[in-house]
Amino acid sequence: MGHHLLSLRGLTKAYPGVVANDDVSFDVAEGEIHALLGENGAGKSTLVKAIYGLVTPDAGEMEFAGRRFAPAEPSDARRAGVAMVFQHFSLFNALSVAENVALGMETPPRTRDLARRIRDVSEEYGLPLDPYRTVGTLSAGERQRVEIVRCLLQEPRLLIMDEPTSVLTPQEVEILFATLRQLREEGRSILYISHKLDEIRALCDTATILRLGRRVATCTPAERSSRELAEMMVGASFATPEPRGAAPGEIALEVAGLSLPAPGAFGTPLREVGFDLRKGEVLGIGGVAGNGQDELLAALSGERPAPRGTIWLSGRDISRLGPMARRDSGLLSGPEERLGHAAAPEMSLTENAVLTAARRERLVRGGFIDWDAAERFARRIVDRFDVRTPGTDTAARALSGGNLQKYVIGREILQRPEVLVVNQPTWGVDAAAAAAIRQALLDLAAKGTAILVISQDLDELMQISDRFAALNEGRLSPARPVAELTLERIGLMMGGAHDMEVAHAEA
Amino acid sequence: MIALEKRPQPSRGWLVAAPLLAVVLTMLVGGAMFAALGVDPVEAIRTIFWDPLFNPQFASYSRPQLLVKAGPLILIAIGLSLGFRAGIWNIGAEGQYIMGAICGAGAGLAFYPSESLLIFPLMALAGALGGWAWAMIPALFKTRFGTNEILVSLMLVYVAESILASVSSGLLRNPEGMGFPGSRNLAQWDAAANRELLANTGMHWGVVAAFVSVILAYVLMSRHVLGFNIRLSGDAPRAARFAGVRPARIIIFCLGTAGALAGLAGLFEVAGPAGQISIDFNSGYGFTAIIVAFLGRLHPVGILLAGLLMALTYIGGELAQLMLGVPGASIQLFQGMLLFFLLGVDVFTNYRLRLGRREVA
Repeated sequence: MGHHLLSLRGLTKAYPGVVANDDVSFDVAEGEIHALLGENGAGKSTLVKAIYGLVTPDAGEMEFAGRRFAPAEPSDARRAGVAMVFQHFSLFNALSVAENVALGMETPPRTRDLARRIRDVSEEYGLPLDPYRTVGTLSAGERQRVEIVRCLLQEPRLLIMDEPTSVLTPQEVEILFATLRQLREEGRSILYISHKLDEIRALCDTATILRLGRRVATCTPAERSSRELAEMMVGASFATPEPRGAAPGEIALEVAGLSLPAPGAFGTPLREVGFDLRKGEVLGIGGVAGNGQDELLAALSGERPAPRGTIWLSGRDISRLGPMARRDSGLLSGPEERLGHAAAPEMSLTENAVLTAARRERLVRGGFIDWDAAERFARRIVDRFDVRTPGTDTAARALSGGNLQKYVIGREILQRPEVLVVNQPTWGVDAAAAAAIRQALLDLAAKGTAILVISQDLDELMQISDRFAALNEGRLSPARPVAELTLERIGLMMGGAHDMEVAHAEA
Repeated sequence: MIALEKRPQPSRGWLVAAPLLAVVLTMLVGGAMFAALGVDPVEAIRTIFWDPLFNPQFASYSRPQLLVKAGPLILIAIGLSLGFRAGIWNIGAEGQYIMGAICGAGAGLAFYPSESLLIFPLMALAGALGGWAWAMIPALFKTRFGTNEILVSLMLVYVAESILASVSSGLLRNPEGMGFPGSRNLAQWDAAANRELLANTGMHWGVVAAFVSVILAYVLMSRHVLGFNIRLSGDAPRAARFAGVRPARIIIFCLGTAGALAGLAGLFEVAGPAGQISIDFNSGYGFTAIIVAFLGRLHPVGILLAGLLMALTYIGGELAQLMLGVPGASIQLFQGMLLFFLLGVDVFTNYRLRLGRREVA
């Protein structure tokens, strides 16, 4: 390991009402993988945006390769040798890999030359990629490769990666790690943002831990236990959900042979999805994003009617019922997208309570809304789920992601559902709030509600589910009790039901 | 450097201040325009905004005109505002207004010269139905084939204008009119006339309907679940579907209501102030109502006030043409400025201005 490539001194950035970074200083050495660890809202994103020239810090200095470094825009940062792979990809589905890469360049070479370079780089780093494939047909893991290759073509000295493994299967994570280690051998530095402790302990040489915008520690993660890291990150120990012992009851929700065409050009069709869900049971559905999670939720919530005879609630065919009729019969759901799907951004929390609870909580009488009752229900959600908000007349979009998530999940839980379907219930939520949401789901199950949790967070699913199944290209694997699963087996389930069959034949 | 920063909550102060500021800006820039036209700006503004109401010489004529002009504007704008709240852009109220007038007048004239008391209610019903049916064309095309309601409703205005030209010199032409185009004068036929209800106020059935529609729209939007669903569809269409709202129903309700109200406005106009179906019967109320709807923040009470203000610019504009000789187009420009400034100033409801320096590398 050589001397410092990047040094931050006293970096501070405040937004109205919140200090995102407060006097942060640390160094990234040449040829090291440096982790930036912290909860959501700890200030990781703002910090790397400052390094990448997307945000101008209010105070503090940066030095890159021994020179003062104050990028006014990303192109300055790129010229200096900084590249970044974002958590959310900026790719055009309808264009090919090479065309997408060319769009990010200031003076793109001819497509044929570019394609050859893409192929060279992707082979050199073990990231196989066909430059002529249309991006819309690629998996999430392959799309990330496009972004990485796009960065590597710039020959960066520092590569910033924002939560790169959140969309990958365990096998894909291994491939990515091999690539990152190879880059380190070449003397490049990597700033690796994550909140997954095991990954950081396995991969990173150094870790800087942020909490509430401040740097709390810099350490060697391999020398620390996950628990120590977590406590530094959170600042206190937090309750982990308690497992339950209750035996599941009779079948509450049964889905059989559910097939639906893809909703749009880049949606995923559902193919012969089938499972059953018992009272008091939590069924976890894993899988890489874009394998039919949204489509499955829409089919269960009633937003898209399903073919007759495919969805049964307590023995009654509800396949053709709309969302309101399904809520009436006890099936509630919480979609992944908080703003715009689970909640209307410009509407107040009280109005958003009416969104799904109008009938079950009797907030509407004779067609007229009882705003007092709606306000009381909204207040109950806020109190019970510790939603931080100035009041119930605050617009949904004014809440932070985690608080709004607590609100929309709480809204469904308080309606005492018989079956609850949630997609990504703790996505983007800080660890303490995530633990609270998981505990609330487990409490609900203990009272006899059947719960279906769709999530991309495997740790979460292992923690709260009784059984686990995986979605792959719109197919659902058979559900297995969580106790029987190994990480490798989960990976195979996520990789496709067929692989699972093979694994079985061998077993 | 100047930057716009999104507010966490829409500013309530700006919500109210934006229309007022837009009026002030319109007066300033409009005044500059009048000055450039060689007219004393202060006098021009006074002629437009003050004289119609308070000048002893004109007020007795123009004060009643305020309600006569505001009535149809408010009635149409209330209907449009429902759709605009839901993100359904009916630009063709002018066509629905014309078709309402034609259908209403036609239904009445079919019974000429009967003096039955049922004639006028029948005409009102036919007028509403005519406007409704005309609005159902873009509504059904949108729900069935996914067409764009902006284009379809706008194009249908020109179709309606052609129908108007055709019937006023054909089907509905006055048989005793010596061959001139135009229908019988409904205002002179007791059973069909939309009379002034209170002398010298301009108050006629259309104005009553406008006030009633303001109240009903207020109750609908703030208390009723249908109004909630309309607002929800406009704010977050996906959340609306998740809640169980059927988009097609909202489209049909909003376009249908807007069409029916525009049709009613047309009928009240043809049976009252206009008096007859003629080639140049329509005067752009259907388009001006779009400005009224936005100037009133799509809120029923706001629309009431905006309708009165816009009516004032109509009357004052005519007065200014007459007294100061400003061209008619400058008045339209003036009204356009009002919408332009409102939309411009409106940015500050959701954004705040930040003045700050950016470091340069």
